[in-house]
Amino acid sequence: MDIKDIIKPENKVYGKTPVLKDAVLHYCPGCSHGVVHKLIAEVIEEMGIQDKTIGVSPVGCSVFAYNYLDIDWQQAAHGRAPALATATKRLMPDKYVFTYQGDGDLASIGTAEIMHACNRGENIVVIFINNAIYGMTGGQMAPTTLLGQVTATTPYGRRADLNGYPLKITELIAQLEGTCYVTRQSVQNPAAVRKAKKAIRKAFENSMMNKGTSFVEVVSTCNSGWKTTPVKANKWMEENMFPFYPLGDMKDR
Amino acid sequence: MAEKVLMKGNEAIAYAAINCGCDGYFGYPITPQSEVMETLMKEKPWETTGMVVLQAESETSSINMVYGGACCGKKVMTSSSSPGISLMCEGLSYLAGAELPCLVVNVMRGGPGLGTIQPSQGDYFQATKAGGHGDYHMIVLAPASAQDMYDFVDLGFELAFKYRIPAMILGDGVIGQMMEKVEIRPAKARRTEEEIRALCDSWATIGKPAHRGGNTITSLALEADVQERHNIKLQKKYAEIEANEARYSTYKTEDAEHLLVAFGCMSRIGEAVVDHAREQGYKVGLLRPITLFPYPKAAVEALIPQLKSIMSVELNAGQMVEDLKVISNGRVPVNFYGRQGGMIPDPEEVFEAFVKSINK
Repeated sequence: MDIKDIIKPENKVYGKTPVLKDAVLHYCPGCSHGVVHKLIAEVIEEMGIQDKTIGVSPVGCSVFAYNYLDIDWQQAAHGRAPALATATKRLMPDKYVFTYQGDGDLASIGTAEIMHACNRGENIVVIFINNAIYGMTGGQMAPTTLLGQVTATTPYGRRADLNGYPLKITELIAQLEGTCYVTRQSVQNPAAVRKAKKAIRKAFENSMMNKGTSFVEVVSTCNSGWKTTPVKANKWMEENMFPFYPLGDMKDR
Repeated sequence: MAEKVLMKGNEAIAYAAINCGCDGYFGYPITPQSEVMETLMKEKPWETTGMVVLQAESETSSINMVYGGACCGKKVMTSSSSPGISLMCEGLSYLAGAELPCLVVNVMRGGPGLGTIQPSQGDYFQATKAGGHGDYHMIVLAPASAQDMYDFVDLGFELAFKYRIPAMILGDGVIGQMMEKVEIRPAKARRTEEEIRALCDSWATIGKPAHRGGNTITSLALEADVQERHNIKLQKKYAEIEANEARYSTYKTEDAEHLLVAFGCMSRIGEAVVDHAREQGYKVGLLRPITLFPYPKAAVEALIPQLKSIMSVELNAGQMVEDLKVISNGRVPVNFYGRQGGMIPDPEEVFEAFVKSINK
């Protein structure tokens, strides 16, 4: 059979959403960012809101999210994305506004901004990528780095007495009256990807219901930062991250 | 006859913002400017013009809310005082780098550090030379009255959008707290969504229509050559602003042999000094820079041939002296008199310093 006989519309099983540009991802093979980008893009396409969605990208590896999703983007200073999103949503309430933030951005330098945006109940979506490490700067300790985890700035493993404890910021966020939907997801296999996509869709739908902030954590891998292979990274995440950061909805109202 | 209302300089900022079609104010309380947000909250403009007013969790957040609003082509502003402006400098650098229009009001108090809540002009360097990182400038307007505070809100927005640049009103505790009659200007409506789209669709994040790709607002360029091209573009814009937007006023400079230079509240004391000096037989005039960036270099330059001395009078340790020395370039001595830490000189004190400076 010739390849031309196979490439026919009736044989198509998968198509890339047009919301994703044709740009080549700069992310390392095995990184979770690409999957999460795709899920957001698919949700935007399926909801038909490409012309009404404003993204706010962070500082860190995903600073370049604007190179991949064909929507209007603001690129925030480190940790400040929720402040930008707050003003954007309040000034244009008919738009879907989301931030995309890593653990250093959201749970360290931007702790004040995320807590107060969520506490005010801004009608925005927060996508929180927790891979327990600073990827872009070369694998330093993140607020969510596990005890014992080796990073460039905890070369002998994170110690509570030296470095403090890993921060369960999503559990804190769930306590805030302003949040309506707080969930922790992952994308390491097809079943998890499908669940994460449902969560992201629900979060985007919430943002027009005046219910408050929707917060989706995605426990993610950074095999480059973790100095391991993509397959081993998934296994390490399941064995070490999931017990400390258990998956599932913390709040849905 | 337009309506005149007695109000504080800080209140004038708030009323002018509502009146000139400002879309959003984001701020954090700090003395001596808290009346700006208090007045806005009392007036509830969200019920009339639709203007958004929000008390943020910090100055850092305020300026980043301004960044987000500015990305949307909206007329957005914040106000603070010196220590708060220091916190905002990160955001101001990003706004300048991303070429966004916005208005920032600094009602200066004495520093460094927590300093004093009394008036000062100690943030001249920070405002005019860029307080944040990188090569950038803001347009800096120096009000000398409550009326200026009122009028510079609209002017600041106009200039900010004309050049896509942050504009700052650099007031001080005197101008912010002093009550004066303010003439209320004709109201301007907030821009409609269609007007914003017509004006800003090429760059603003207002939702991507089918006819164009997504707009991205960023100050990031990893490649050095791209960043250099961007910096050269910014410098070209600053040169254009210097050529076109310098504003100043003069008082009795026609025959002046000695020039006082003072901005903000000090320019009003300066006028009294000029009158007193002239009674004593000294041919003194005053130049008041209204824009501190761009500095009215040409106006000072034009007076230099007739001058025997220049004296800068400031509420700081002499920050503007450097700019005047560059213009004078050794042709005319540049002297200085100033008070610091919230102290304000009276005209006699400045006059005595002036006499001493020309007889030294």
